[in-house]
Amino acid sequence: MAKKKNSLFNMTSTLLIISAIAAFALAGVYSLTKGPIEQSEKKKIETAIKEVIPAFETLVQGKVKCADSDDSLTVYYGLKGTDTTGVAVESFTKNGFSGLITIMVGFLPDGTINNTKVLTHAETPGLGTKMMEDKFKNQFMQKNPTSFKLVVKKDGGDVDAITASTITSRAFCDAVDRAYNSIWKGGQE
Amino acid sequence: MNQWTNFTKGFIKENPVLVLLLGMCPTLGVTTSAINGIGMGLATTFVLIMSNVIISLIKNFIPSSVRIPAFIVVIASFVTVVDLSMKAYIPDLHAQLGLFIPLIVVNCIVLGRAEAFASKNNVFSSFIDGLSMGLGFTFALGLLGSIREILGGGAIFNQKFIPAEMDGILVFVLAPGAFIALGYLIALVNSFKKK
Repeated sequence: MAKKKNSLFNMTSTLLIISAIAAFALAGVYSLTKGPIEQSEKKKIETAIKEVIPAFETLVQGKVKCADSDDSLTVYYGLKGTDTTGVAVESFTKNGFSGLITIMVGFLPDGTINNTKVLTHAETPGLGTKMMEDKFKNQFMQKNPTSFKLVVKKDGGDVDAITASTITSRAFCDAVDRAYNSIWKGGQE
Repeated sequence: MNQWTNFTKGFIKENPVLVLLLGMCPTLGVTTSAINGIGMGLATTFVLIMSNVIISLIKNFIPSSVRIPAFIVVIASFVTVVDLSMKAYIPDLHAQLGLFIPLIVVNCIVLGRAEAFASKNNVFSSFIDGLSMGLGFTFALGLLGSIREILGGGAIFNQKFIPAEMDGILVFVLAPGAFIALGYLIALVNSFKKK
């Protein structure tokens, strides 16, 4: 195939040139897609916030320390005038069936769960993905974790697990619980 | 070489998944639904075509001992392009396919075609070869994804056709189901080829 000799100079110079061209091309693509990627991520967060807390006029972003580790969670306070209409917490769990699940959990000012929205996950389609369906999701709505135990029934809690997806159900509860504990029991930064 | 035979070979005769058994990792990993399989197939098709064309263009400038690293740099660049563009314009599908997009780099179909075809043939033949192999890959993944989605979830293209409370045969959504379905598909293609 190649007509060039395998001399040290030929080999290094060819690889250098190819890598340099590739680097420039990728830098170009990166700067082209940087804007849209940020926008689509921002939009995703915004839609999720609107879905999980009641209508608000202004949004204030903050951070709270995670209840059970040194990480911090991003929280968004929805304000109407000076009243807080709700708090959205970007919570996560590492206990998913396949990796990290991040969930936006919306609370009313008294700690009641208003709604939840899964942001990212890698659960099994058709099984774990049922956590996004109403049947599972709606049982958290308008429940206050002080009286509603965020553990699946199998483990002595109040949550109906998804059939054949107990691990995902547990993980979901874990994320919601982490959000609740960080906001209402942890210290704010 | 006859371009039409060159084009049609990827579907059955030399189908990368069902006959050559290349690229098993994404095949088994992402085919949980028809959409995922087709999305993955099309992303791979793009990488295959582009890398085949570029490698065929630069094949005479590359000393033979460094051809593999040179090919990998070209392939990796296109995979990154696909990864970034999908993240920017179709974030939902990108989130579903996740880790498997960057892993196209090590998909043996791409390097296999570069080494076995593009480095020996002209640009146009290489383009057709990439298209053929890519569409063959998409076809196999889409078929496998559809089978698994129908049997495992009772749905096709996310449209459920069995009552909402009912579940499909769960094993087909999980990894063992991928092996079972793929095995039967390969057997079917082999019996079809024998005739």
